[in-house]
Amino acid sequence: MTAPSGDKPFPSSSPDGASSATVNLDKTSRRMRRHVGSNIAGLVAVAILLFVVQGLARNSALQWSVVGQYLFSATVMQGLMRTLTITAVAIAIAVVLGTLLANMRLSKNRVLRAVNAVYVWFFRSIPLLVLLILAYNFSLLYSNLSIGIPFGPSFVTFMTRDFTTAMTAAFLTFGLQQAAYTSEVIRAAIMSVPKGQTEAAEALGMTQWRIMKRVVLPQAARMAIPPIANETINLCKSTSLVAFISVPDLLYSVQEIYSRTFQVVPLLVVATIWYTVIVSVLTLIQWWLEKVMQGPSRGNRSALIPAEAL
Amino acid sequence: MSVPVLEAWRVSKHFGAEKAVDQVSLTVEPGTAVCILGPSGAGKSTFIRCLNFLERPDDGYVFIDGDPLGYERVGDTFNEVSGRKLSRQRQRVGMVFQQFNLFEHMSALENIIEAPCGVLGTPRKDAIEKGMSLLTRVGLANKADSYPRELSGGQQQRVAIARALAMEPHLLLCDEPTSALDPEMVHEVLAVLSNLVSEGMTMIAVTHEVGFAREVAHRFVFMERGVVIEEGPSSDLSTERVKEERTRSFLAKVL
Repeated sequence: MTAPSGDKPFPSSSPDGASSATVNLDKTSRRMRRHVGSNIAGLVAVAILLFVVQGLARNSALQWSVVGQYLFSATVMQGLMRTLTITAVAIAIAVVLGTLLANMRLSKNRVLRAVNAVYVWFFRSIPLLVLLILAYNFSLLYSNLSIGIPFGPSFVTFMTRDFTTAMTAAFLTFGLQQAAYTSEVIRAAIMSVPKGQTEAAEALGMTQWRIMKRVVLPQAARMAIPPIANETINLCKSTSLVAFISVPDLLYSVQEIYSRTFQVVPLLVVATIWYTVIVSVLTLIQWWLEKVMQGPSRGNRSALIPAEAL
Repeated sequence: MSVPVLEAWRVSKHFGAEKAVDQVSLTVEPGTAVCILGPSGAGKSTFIRCLNFLERPDDGYVFIDGDPLGYERVGDTFNEVSGRKLSRQRQRVGMVFQQFNLFEHMSALENIIEAPCGVLGTPRKDAIEKGMSLLTRVGLANKADSYPRELSGGQQQRVAIARALAMEPHLLLCDEPTSALDPEMVHEVLAVLSNLVSEGMTMIAVTHEVGFAREVAHRFVFMERGVVIEEGPSSDLSTERVKEERTRSFLAKVL
């Protein structure tokens, strides 16, 4: 086969009223479209960003020296630790309980499915703040808690107010509510694992429990991690609501300081900085987890093609 | 006389009103390979899946080495067993799937040693040694650390066969083992299966490969609309020698 000649005839009726009927393609040049609109948009965005930076740097009301003074103060550090603790405990409760709830939802047992439905409905219906205050005042609702037979004798009885401290109220509120949301994420992730995986494991004589642990959950985790990381980030900021029940978390501790010193804005900046740091770290953890869970060569498309030739 | 490795007695399975499998019986002696042929929708796959209770038969019994699958016999009563016991009974039956169904998050070798280590409690070192020898047997020793997505369809199916063999099954079920493969890979999988048969593995395969059925298997079963139309030695698999008209017209279409 020989290379085609560069001369190309064009029909005389070309739209621009072309002067010649043939064009030598070897001698033509290309001119690509300029993306003027998006270049301008980029410039505008940079300009706005510079205005914002200028506004932050030059505004004396922000009092950067005060921010520096309190950023690592003991009160703020304790608050930060509490925020992190509540987030960590709540998400741990949410993942464990959420996995359990997801399995109930996927169970063949109607009662278990109904329990799950009621749970999810209840905890998604109540505003977080209402639930938090209710949990904190749980001892007003039930002064004693006992373990026993419903409508029958009880074996152990606790005084509710002995263990509903503000912290346990926070753990339970955020953990139980988050579990309702997380269970839906985990259910979707479990359902995304192809049925053939379970069947292959059954055919090998693996028990249901082992199939869940070794085959289904590891593959579901890959699907569930991005949304769960997203929820963790959301949860960590929602924990600032505990200020309402006087748990000295990050927000409450800066409030405590500015109620004495009246340096409201710089202290809110301190809190903001720490929340951004937490979210940045969580984002990094998410990124790392996604990489690890994907296994060594996912995304390496070239590995798919020459399989036979390797 | 030896105990049949598999005895299916009037196995039935319906989905709604439709009878996918209707009172199918089959006996397979040790070392015998049986191919199940038939048009699509004949109930072949449903029947083979009933043989290890991936589908629970609505009626009839399956006996492996003479023991009922899914039940325990107490006198004249067959009591349904727990999920845990069923898992143990299934260990004697290996299965190879049309879509391979390798565990996507495990390497080829990890796929093979998962059940021996986790179910039989084989020490990891021994399982790896045996897994490597199985991979060598299917010609994939150099792919031990590859993940399923890095393997071709034919290679995945050979790993899947090695995975089933790692449990030392008394019976290997193959549900259309080559139907999802590109034509040039069908041969490598059939070669592995025919080696197994020549080494004495008892096998039941649902297949569309009539050539394989005739040359490698000992017997054939022809199914249509959930019932067995004809059974015979695989050497009879030709339009001249089969007895039933429906078998003949099927063979005329696929040969």
